[in-house]
Amino acid sequence: MRRRLVAEPGNRLPLAFLLIPPLAWLIIAYLGSLAVLLLSAFWTVNEFTGSVVRTFTTDNIVRVLTDAVFRTATLRTLGIALTVTLICAVLAVPLALYMAKVASRRVRLALVVAVTTPLWASYLVKAYAWRMLLSPEGPLHWAVGYTPGYGLTATVLTLSYLWLPYMVIPVFAALERVPDQLIDASSDLGASDLTTIARVVGPLVFPGIAAGSIFTFSLALGDYIAVTIVGGKTQMLGNIIYGQLVTANNQPLAAALSLIPLTAIVGYLLAMRRTGALDNL
Amino acid sequence: MLSTRMRTLLRVWTIGALVFLYAPLLLVLLNAFNSSRTFAFPPSGLTLRWWRDAWASDGMWRSLGNSALVGLCATAIALVLGTMAAFAVQRYRFFGRQTVNLLVVLPITLPGIVTGIALNATFTSALHVALGLATVIVGHATFCIVVVFNNIQARLRRLGTSLEDVSSDLGASTWQTFRYVTFPMTRGALLAGAILAFALSFDEVVVTTFTAGPTVQTLPIWIFGNLFRPNQAPVINVVAATLTVLAVLPVWLAQRFGGDVAGSRV
Repeated sequence: MRRRLVAEPGNRLPLAFLLIPPLAWLIIAYLGSLAVLLLSAFWTVNEFTGSVVRTFTTDNIVRVLTDAVFRTATLRTLGIALTVTLICAVLAVPLALYMAKVASRRVRLALVVAVTTPLWASYLVKAYAWRMLLSPEGPLHWAVGYTPGYGLTATVLTLSYLWLPYMVIPVFAALERVPDQLIDASSDLGASDLTTIARVVGPLVFPGIAAGSIFTFSLALGDYIAVTIVGGKTQMLGNIIYGQLVTANNQPLAAALSLIPLTAIVGYLLAMRRTGALDNL
Repeated sequence: MLSTRMRTLLRVWTIGALVFLYAPLLLVLLNAFNSSRTFAFPPSGLTLRWWRDAWASDGMWRSLGNSALVGLCATAIALVLGTMAAFAVQRYRFFGRQTVNLLVVLPITLPGIVTGIALNATFTSALHVALGLATVIVGHATFCIVVVFNNIQARLRRLGTSLEDVSSDLGASTWQTFRYVTFPMTRGALLAGAILAFALSFDEVVVTTFTAGPTVQTLPIWIFGNLFRPNQAPVINVVAATLTVLAVLPVWLAQRFGGDVAGSRV
């Protein structure tokens, strides 16, 4: 009897056939581009013609690290990304807990669909919806007599709205794997609900929260569209990168600036790897 | 078992979260019929006028055509590459399997702006390629691979290998096993993956902005370009409402074909 398809020397050929095209695409088109990005951060621009000059200089990197405008935008962007992640986690955990541990099978399935469907609705339309919602004479003002208007708060709210499903799904998946008996045992032994959630459920779903946070953090970090739509004058790193590339036509400086979110997210991924979150992706 | 009070609290929270998720979308639907050009609420009157205007908008149709073309081409590429990668990872054990996994997921894990700038730098300063539909397709295919990959991988994991083992024990060649056993069982996941990949491409803004150049517009780019023009607002409202209703379509179709809607992008 021959076990097919499990790595035996004779089976290397079909494996190579399957693996080479996707790997070639991802390595050449994707990793290759990231390498060019890294490289071009050390290039410069001819001041008269505006064309990219491929001579090595660390000017862009130095400017990115020292310019106060860039530093403020970086801190603001990191702050927004962390706040959005926190809000998403706070909203998602009770919702996911209900889905996994309280709802009946049918309701659970319906809720999974209900939470994921907005993910497939147009990103622009959703941001635009918040522009309507928060407008000075808009629905929110009509309903509760107050609106934060367009600005930092609106940006945080909109981004939390946009990326909430990315947090709910991994947290729900992690909660679904927690056996009901553990919760029963905890309450039988006299723990209150909050103790059970904090001491039994919490540690078990933490990798799920960490997995979700990778998406919410990364997506919020690189955003420049939502902030343009609802942020008023608020500038995130993405706006500045876009401005350097399109308005100032300084591709190398834009590349150097985009190393900030790249470094932040790689650092975040490395930190999250310790929690086992990457296995939950 | 959680206490009754806690269960009630969680139920209320869930209802609140659903309102939070769906109220903005309902607002978009309502606003497409708003006779006023402003966001003032409640609307002063309802009208179907904007739907006629939107139907007559040339820019909308042209960009819609571009979006469809980009989506189809990117999906076709992603379908081939994603399926191959999923089979390799699920049906073989080899050194670096986890790395392949990470490499496929990376394009949607890293911020779109990083991917966009990277591709832009490669096309313009390294390869000197003119930006246009082709460069958009390359960008979209790169991040669509993961959607196909996740759907096929989930299906293959669920199927296990026993039927394929039986097939080869009974003397079928590798190709015959694939053609008559594996392929029919993964067809639904292939379709679901393709639909969801198309939906992802259709909606993408950031990577598109950096790979399309100034002349080519996809539908999202066209919407974004018109978002702040007050006299275009009603037409945008209609397009927004249509897209919101149509968003149900990929989810519903993919679910019907047994796709992994929840796990495709997460």
